[in-house]
Amino acid sequence: MEDKSRYQIVISGVGGQGVLFITRLLAEAAIEKGLPVFTSETHGMAQRGGTVISHLKIGEFASPLINPGRADGLIALKAESLIQHGGYLKPGGWAAVNSPERVKTDAPSTAFALDADRVARKMADPRSVNLIMLGFTLSGARRSGTGQGMLQVSLDDVQAVLNSRLKGKERRLQSSLRALAAGADSAEAP
Amino acid sequence: MMGNEAIARGLMENGCHVATAYPGTPASEILSAVAKANKPLDTTMHVQWAVNEKVAFEIAYAGCMTGLRTAVSMKQVGLNVASDPLMSAAYMGTAGGFVIISADDPGPHSSQTEQDSRMMAMMAKIPVLDPDSPRQAKEMVGLAYTLSEAFHTPVMLRPTTRVCHSRQDVRPGAIPPLERKPDFRKDPSRWAATPKFRYQLHLELEEKLARIAAHQATEPVLRNPKAAGRRAVVSCGVAAAYTAESLKNLDLWDDLPFYQVRQPFPLHTAFVRLLLDAFDEVLILEETTGIIEMQLADRDRIKGKLNGVVPCVGELLPEKIEALLAAFAGIEAHLPSLPQAPGRRPTLCAGCPHRASFFAIKKAAPRGIYTSDIGCYTLGLNLKAVDTVLCMGAAISQAAGFYQAYKHEEKRPDIVATIGDSTFFHAGVPALVDAVVQNVRFVLVILDNRTTAMTGSQPTPATGTGASGEPLAEVDMESLVRGCGIKFLEVGDPYDTDGFISMVKGAVAFSRNEGPAVVIARHPCIIDLARQGKAADPIEVLVTEDCDGCGFCLQHFECPALVAVEDGRRTAVDPLVCNGCGVCLGVCPRGAIVKKE
Repeated sequence: MEDKSRYQIVISGVGGQGVLFITRLLAEAAIEKGLPVFTSETHGMAQRGGTVISHLKIGEFASPLINPGRADGLIALKAESLIQHGGYLKPGGWAAVNSPERVKTDAPSTAFALDADRVARKMADPRSVNLIMLGFTLSGARRSGTGQGMLQVSLDDVQAVLNSRLKGKERRLQSSLRALAAGADSAEAP
Repeated sequence: MMGNEAIARGLMENGCHVATAYPGTPASEILSAVAKANKPLDTTMHVQWAVNEKVAFEIAYAGCMTGLRTAVSMKQVGLNVASDPLMSAAYMGTAGGFVIISADDPGPHSSQTEQDSRMMAMMAKIPVLDPDSPRQAKEMVGLAYTLSEAFHTPVMLRPTTRVCHSRQDVRPGAIPPLERKPDFRKDPSRWAATPKFRYQLHLELEEKLARIAAHQATEPVLRNPKAAGRRAVVSCGVAAAYTAESLKNLDLWDDLPFYQVRQPFPLHTAFVRLLLDAFDEVLILEETTGIIEMQLADRDRIKGKLNGVVPCVGELLPEKIEALLAAFAGIEAHLPSLPQAPGRRPTLCAGCPHRASFFAIKKAAPRGIYTSDIGCYTLGLNLKAVDTVLCMGAAISQAAGFYQAYKHEEKRPDIVATIGDSTFFHAGVPALVDAVVQNVRFVLVILDNRTTAMTGSQPTPATGTGASGEPLAEVDMESLVRGCGIKFLEVGDPYDTDGFISMVKGAVAFSRNEGPAVVIARHPCIIDLARQGKAADPIEVLVTEDCDGCGFCLQHFECPALVAVEDGRRTAVDPLVCNGCGVCLGVCPRGAIVKKE
């Protein structure tokens, strides 16, 4: 069932971190490119600090959820999410994890780690962990060997979505773009 | 578009004149999206949050009696509240189209039960449509209105969480201008029918159902016409979407005929005959109860929930469906599953005023019985300040029940009930009236954060604004509480830790000897304040050397910003999480939480 035009990503973290926000950015960026999109979100009680997970499926799909063992990638806004949701990854899948330490996944998946909490503290913008991780993921995708077509959407596409979503909210737009760039730069550094 | 936005769009595109709702996950965004889309169009459409689901239902139902198209939306347990008008409206029928949207929550993700609204449709004897995706949910709104007007019956649209909270690229259609005029035609034998006429209406209803079971527009669809064989799969709702994908994943698409049911009740008569004539075995995949199964007579050939082949409890996740299909087809499939890993439990936000209220309640009545209710404050569980949660409004009536049970005991426990402002208006008022009449000795703390927080900040009757932000009249909560007959009423800010504790202590003392006492804990939801740009300046706090790691604050205050460090030998403040409310300054028994200078 390898189909290059189809792509499935799990994004997880805890309520309040903005899992839904970055899922929507990726979904809108894909829709802008004319790709069919399906996402599934967690709402309600779990949003109060509980585990939040969203599924993003780009390409021809009929349903909103991803089967275990089939996800191309996982973006984990908390390191603990990797243990909880790493099972969604297919062999050869990748994980971008917010963690101060190097992380290991069950081979043969690849994991990239970034201490996004530290980057956010340095920027004095604690709520920007989600965008830092998104920037890191999008840019890391390009840098790493597995990166070719790792996501159908690019950093530029997401910036364009942010520009149109946060039109007229200049301060939020600038801080969002800064967080995205900070994440992307962290991926460039060795 | 999110599924709920797609449903909202469907209502607008199909000429809905009146849309009402009470918020509840996963249905809340339907009405918000209608209000948002309607505002710039400036139509004559009426969009409102009602005080509860029963009231919402009755407003929308009366609208359809005038020939207009109307809709009411709610979550599945909300339909319990509205079940009284539902059962009766089914008999009386409709003039204009009337759609009841009741969103189910298999899992459950954010509900008390996994109940299946389609059972309610079956009990009421109205047709129900079951969409598999946001796109189909939007289409089905139009289908529901035509069905409703063709048979003069209310029609239920039953999405589930995975439809409501999925997003899909959905193409919007045109929104026609609202042209119908209200025209209520008096007909007391229908609209005010006495039992004698109700018998006639019931006959009429049964005859309608028989015709609906032959209605072509809602017939089941054979999704893979090339497939042939003596075994078939039948599915509906989001389970049908998983089934479609799984059949392809398993290379069974051309082998197993797959029927998607769009109207699970009443199941089409011809379809029932087809299944029983053409197939030896039929696997049925649906959420949450086996509604389709129940309508099939020849049990031996059916594999589903009633014979335990398909689990009756929990969500039918795609991996479960794929395993069931593989087993049904008799093929081997390697299907990985997720390891069982504990997730993080939800908790009240850092800075939430409810936390301060619960801390005060436990100080004032340390060995009390704490009844509580439905909302964010259910999470007072984590602080051990919530002992019971039954359903909307039950905090007060259960407090009364505990009082009556313990009344003759020598040692009567203090009873403190907590209820949110929206929940109090929704179902708490009749219970409070009853408690006054029976002189129930308890304390009611109304956690008044000026909003319906858990479902995304919808207005309450005390907010003074409507669904589209329009100004409305406000109900004064103090007058309402006094009007119920309450003699002891005080209003305080739970952020004022010491003052609020002594206020609750006063209420507890009154309740021991006199009668019911009410304290209104008033402090706006911090999420709302931040959204409006009105958040107070943060008070920076730190934990000093005096902390001996006793864990009192972690256990009894349970703020996510207070974390154990150095293997639990000390507590520290996580500045990424801290909201700067400053309430914890009064919490540490050693005074080790202090303001940062």
